[in-house]
Amino acid sequence: MLEIKHVYKTFNPGTINEKVALNDLSLTLYNGDFVTVIGGNGAGKSTMLNAVSGVWKPDGGKIIIDGKDVTSMPEYKRAKFLGRVFQDPMMGTAADMSIEENLALAKRRGKRRSLSWGVTGKERKEFKELLSQLELGLENRMTSKVGLLSGGQRQAITLLMAAMNKPKLLLLDEHTAALDPKTAEKVLNISDSIIKENNLTTLMITHNMRDAIRHGNRLIMLHEGRIIIDVSGEEKMNLTVEDLLEMFNKASGDEFTNDRAILS
Amino acid sequence: MGLLNAMPGAIAQGMIWGIMAIGLYISYKILDFADLTVDGSICTGAAVCAMLVTSGVNVWAAMAVSLVAGMIAGFVTGILHTLLGIPPILSGILTQLMLWSVNLKIMGKANQALNARQFKVVVTQLNKGSTILALVLFCIVIIAILYWFFGTELGCAIRATGNNLNMSRAQGINTKFNIVLALTVSNGIVALAGALLAQYSGAADINMGRGAIVIGLAAIIIGNALLSKISDNFAVKLFSAVFGGIIYYIVYQSVIYMGLDPDLLKMLSAIVVAIFLAVPYWKKQFTKPKKKEDA
Repeated sequence: MLEIKHVYKTFNPGTINEKVALNDLSLTLYNGDFVTVIGGNGAGKSTMLNAVSGVWKPDGGKIIIDGKDVTSMPEYKRAKFLGRVFQDPMMGTAADMSIEENLALAKRRGKRRSLSWGVTGKERKEFKELLSQLELGLENRMTSKVGLLSGGQRQAITLLMAAMNKPKLLLLDEHTAALDPKTAEKVLNISDSIIKENNLTTLMITHNMRDAIRHGNRLIMLHEGRIIIDVSGEEKMNLTVEDLLEMFNKASGDEFTNDRAILS
Repeated sequence: MGLLNAMPGAIAQGMIWGIMAIGLYISYKILDFADLTVDGSICTGAAVCAMLVTSGVNVWAAMAVSLVAGMIAGFVTGILHTLLGIPPILSGILTQLMLWSVNLKIMGKANQALNARQFKVVVTQLNKGSTILALVLFCIVIIAILYWFFGTELGCAIRATGNNLNMSRAQGINTKFNIVLALTVSNGIVALAGALLAQYSGAADINMGRGAIVIGLAAIIIGNALLSKISDNFAVKLFSAVFGGIIYYIVYQSVIYMGLDPDLLKMLSAIVVAIFLAVPYWKKQFTKPKKKEDA
């Protein structure tokens, strides 16, 4: 479904701030894979997702989605294959537009936008149904501006938008990190059920090792721009946070110093 | 009584600038792009209309050409910004400067008279009654078209682009295309207002656009302050720009009537706009953010 082939990316090359973000990164995702991604600050997690979604072109390597080489495809064109949820709840929705308008924008992802109505009556019914599944009471506020909603509500809507039209790949970039623990749990559960229901191939970045172990069928850890741990199936189910830390130390020859990740 | 007699003229002029403010609303409010092109494109619209009408072209056809000329100006600003990566304000200034030369070349001189006694025009200060009626119809048609347009898939994509570039790209919206499109439409309307202004005042002048963006902003801000409580509806928002324009010109005529030096009016407008732009910023600085509801 997704192939990342020997991708390199260096930020600010030739300057004092030069940073090798992705260093010969390769990863293959199969249909229906739900992969959780962990790693310390600056390990390249978000950079990897940005490479897949086309925020910039990698310095080297190839990105292939569903058999199609998209390496040179601009971000807005690539969007038709992807559903994305960002860390910042403000980033995934248009604040001055209503809930139904936001959902309708997502419904038209990858399609030509014409002069027919931006939201149709049929879609309103469909969106009401979708929103009621969130159990946040949003189905009765479809014409409210998204900017009036809380971060958790906005992330839930962004998740619905991302899953709209069943994208080839769902990219979740620490999408619960900015929320309080209770809301984060709720949004994570919503993500789980949306992924399961639509059988979406998913890459989910998290800074929480327990979440990384508990969710998905495969776990990878990034370090200095490459994958150092890749476990799946039975082995992943039996993992503990201590196992992960030990694996990290062995694989990287380094102490895991990101205390945020250890503590959570 | 002198002031009362001046009111129909103030209303007519206010409505013309209100139409200009509707155009500016698209770039400034919807696209979040402070587009200085308008100072030039309003004059382009006026110059094109004055030249064509005085050379015998039908006034409606002349206005249509003004509209297209303004659209081209907006298109150029859009290209400067999206294709050449020049920041919004600078893109507008560059086009504005280009338009200075273009406008001089269109007119062949700095001023072109358009005598309503000699040529058939739609609006003129010689007949304020029919002029106001025509302007009301203009406003209704423009607001109706824009209300429809910004409810379509394409219009929604422009609104999303102005709201959140990241989100728009993630939803497959070609943000560059939408920025160019919105600036094109915006400056088309501004140039149309310029064409009306040339007919109304009986001349196109190379300096007539100076500070136009400030007058347009004042109209948007005044209208918003007075009418935003009434409704959130998009048509009401566009109407409030026209209403703000009318209020602006009524106040303008009143302070002139009271004996204020007209030379000071531009400074006054700028100060009023500065104060109104500062209010939301200072509010944010001194009040705690409202607590949002929990998920």
